Amino acid sequence: METVVPGEVLAEGMDYLPSFGTYRQKDKIVASRLGLVRVDGRVIKLIPLAGAYLPKKNDRIIAKVSDIAISGWRFDINSAYGAMLSTKEATSEYIRRGADLTRWFNVGDYVVTKITNVTSQNLVDLTMKGRGLKKIVGGRIIKINCTKVPRVIGKKGSMISMIKDKTGCSIIIGQNGFVWIKGKADGELKATKAIKMIEEKSHVKGLTDKVNKFLGSDK
Amino acid sequence: MNKDLKAHMIEVLKQGKRFDNRKHDEFRDIKIEKGVVKTAEGSARVSVGGTTVLAGIKLSIGSPYPDRPEEGTIITNVELSPMANPEFESGRPGIDSVEMSRVVDRGIRESKAIDLKGLGIDKGESCWLVNIDVVAINDEGNIKDAASLAALAALTDTKFPEVKDGTINYKKKTKKGLDLSKQPISVTVLKIGDDFIVDPTIQEERAIDARLTVSTLKNKSICALQKGEESPLSFDDVQKMVDLGVKTGAKIRKKVK
Repeated sequence: METVVPGEVLAEGMDYLPSFGTYRQKDKIVASRLGLVRVDGRVIKLIPLAGAYLPKKNDRIIAKVSDIAISGWRFDINSAYGAMLSTKEATSEYIRRGADLTRWFNVGDYVVTKITNVTSQNLVDLTMKGRGLKKIVGGRIIKINCTKVPRVIGKKGSMISMIKDKTGCSIIIGQNGFVWIKGKADGELKATKAIKMIEEKSHVKGLTDKVNKFLGSDK
Repeated sequence: MNKDLKAHMIEVLKQGKRFDNRKHDEFRDIKIEKGVVKTAEGSARVSVGGTTVLAGIKLSIGSPYPDRPEEGTIITNVELSPMANPEFESGRPGIDSVEMSRVVDRGIRESKAIDLKGLGIDKGESCWLVNIDVVAINDEGNIKDAASLAALAALTDTKFPEVKDGTINYKKKTKKGLDLSKQPISVTVLKIGDDFIVDPTIQEERAIDARLTVSTLKNKSICALQKGEESPLSFDDVQKMVDLGVKTGAKIRKKVK
């Protein structure tokens, strides 16, 4: 895999197809983000190394209510774009027109939610209907770079389940880089430190062992 | 701030801990760099943890107030730009920025840190104007205390420019600095639930019930106070907050020098 910067030409000719993080300019395929490139058959794939969160369909994210509109809520999703949750998608119960929406979510509340649609104009729609989608109660929210999220989760969730086991915290990671941690004060602190450590040393080999060692120690 | 998250924070504070493993009266690392802006007569960049502010001093000659013909003037301005925190708005200074400049100003003015009479040049005609400008560069909480520290550090760095026939040559600096015999240090003490903390992070700042900024001098006398936020404070609260502020102020004073 090769590191590329935005604007770098990745391939020429029509034999290749652009995918996430790349775009076609006439007969060239150009990188739009900083990251690692991989060729998968005819498709050129780019794994971003840095940058802000771009909403993607079916991502499970943690969002914060930023405003209440006439028939739904506006959310801050740690991205350049805001997101909307309509009353229809919020609960299974029927919400009467003109009802006080703060009964369900108030400004400042955090929720685990899923992106159902991202339009070409980057209007983002959310839903609360699905397994594990709920309002967050208690605990703390930390922010990490969204490009490090896969590393924090680990292969098949190995890293995150290790942190959960050793600290006794329940942790939910949103694809947008918001992480919710809830447990005892010491456990939360340790989990926070471990996640920050993974974020910082995401490129280091044998990180799982290091994190394991860190969690085992009494630091 | 969200009620549940706040309740959780109070719970953690009750156990004598904070989200970032600091003690209630513990400051983050303070770094002070002086003389970072060459075009200013004095400047300083101060960082407290991840919070960074830049202060600059500009000296100019103007006319004194008619009721104080022998004295110079201080003008303080704190700018909270959206680059530091997206919640700050650009344009006209908002209520927070006005309050902050008042707090920084009061600390310096009421402590008599600068001898205003020494700034007079020609009685009733001309005097030195000291412009203190503080810009927030990055906000990770506690800009207030960082701004006061930066303003003071910049004042100690200040050198008068050369003056010929009433006009200033800013390109040449003299060796004469401001007379700063008293150096006020302000510490903002916050009340969250029943606990008192100093040097808040952004999250803690959002959860506070009340705050009290305490400016103290070297001999631990108080020279300025500012109370903020909605929750009322009892006599007992104020006593505890002032004690904590004075104690922490003395600690910072040791570290800074």
